[in-house]
Amino acid sequence: MADARKVLIDPLVDNNPVTLQVLGICSALAVTTALLPALLMCIAMTSVAMLSSAAISSIRHHIPNNIRIIVQMTIIASFVIVVDQLLKAYAFETSKQLSVFVGLIITNCIILGRAEAYAMKHGVGMSFLDGLGNGLGYSLVLIIVAIARELFGAGTLLGYEILPLTGNGGWYEANGMMLLPPSAFFIIGLLIWLIRTLRPKQAEHPDYQIHKVHRTEVL
Amino acid sequence: MDAYINLFVKAAFVENLALTFFLGMCTFLAVSKRVDTAIGLGLAVVAVQTITVPVNYLINEFLLKAGALSWAGLPEVDLSFLGLVSYIGVIAALVQILEMTLDRYFPKLYNALGIFLPLITVNCAILGGTLFMVERQYGFSESVVYGVGSGAGWAIALIALAGIREKLRYSDVPNGLQGLGITFIIVGLMSLGFMGLSGIQL
Repeated sequence: MADARKVLIDPLVDNNPVTLQVLGICSALAVTTALLPALLMCIAMTSVAMLSSAAISSIRHHIPNNIRIIVQMTIIASFVIVVDQLLKAYAFETSKQLSVFVGLIITNCIILGRAEAYAMKHGVGMSFLDGLGNGLGYSLVLIIVAIARELFGAGTLLGYEILPLTGNGGWYEANGMMLLPPSAFFIIGLLIWLIRTLRPKQAEHPDYQIHKVHRTEVL
Repeated sequence: MDAYINLFVKAAFVENLALTFFLGMCTFLAVSKRVDTAIGLGLAVVAVQTITVPVNYLINEFLLKAGALSWAGLPEVDLSFLGLVSYIGVIAALVQILEMTLDRYFPKLYNALGIFLPLITVNCAILGGTLFMVERQYGFSESVVYGVGSGAGWAIALIALAGIREKLRYSDVPNGLQGLGITFIIVGLMSLGFMGLSGIQL
């Protein structure tokens, strides 16, 4: 039981797939201009992660080692197709907004990474939880970035006005920069800084140490 | 001709896959520590991209999309839902072939790329290029130009980032921002720079 909890909770902050394992960054950045597509993307991604981890784990003893990547890709691609078709059927407008990024869940390294690193070695139930945990860790980052971008970029959340814009007689001047690609990099960069300040164990060590005496800061 | 040059410039700079669509970010961040490996990987990506986009165009045009099978006497068959599986299959197969070719004829480059060569399969820039080609309904020659252009743009961005990171080794970065954090911020700044190119029409 304690194991299950660890598998589920660890990827949220302590071993987050985006900020620590550097996996699945592409879509984390691209779909976060507004909260709604980000939420849909989280649901799609988490369900594919759970299902494919469980499926791969259930046949892990039958996959020949040298063609395992292709087998895994095929399983993942089939689940992505199901999700893609569902989104097209029930949320057509948002799925247009997500454009190619639903298809790109296939190449989202979180899913293949967890399949390789975890599902190939553990039972079905635990792999399912591992997929869920990593999906949630990814979702957490996505939602934080999306909230920051939509709130400061357009003054809204899920389309509802939170900060009244000057254009509509309010006081908030929208920061258009937040809706442009570079801001996503800055927000994730700062998020990583925050997490690593709170959890110093995650910080990377510099290749080249600057000697204390030569530091220019005023003490 | 103008239209093709325009498409190339657009694919390589204005709509740079790495910096405006965030594609291939994982490899982009992981392999950008040294300029020489970055150049090798960049070339490999250009090669794979140049081949996969047109090949996937042919598959989509003559096998998958609605009415594509009419040459086989099956005009009402629509296999477009099989798109994702077939594209990724083509990419995986091509990467495998590239790997064997490099191993046979350029062992030095093969060893330098190491694990990152098979990882091109899961490089979203490759699949993304194909999906954009399908979504924007490019023709055959356009898809060739788009493949070369988007691959080249990705490679240029990768090599530029590697150059910056090599210089960065001697700078005084705050502790928590070391490594991944500062790389994100640099990529953000590069992306701002590339945005200055938007709106260029030849």
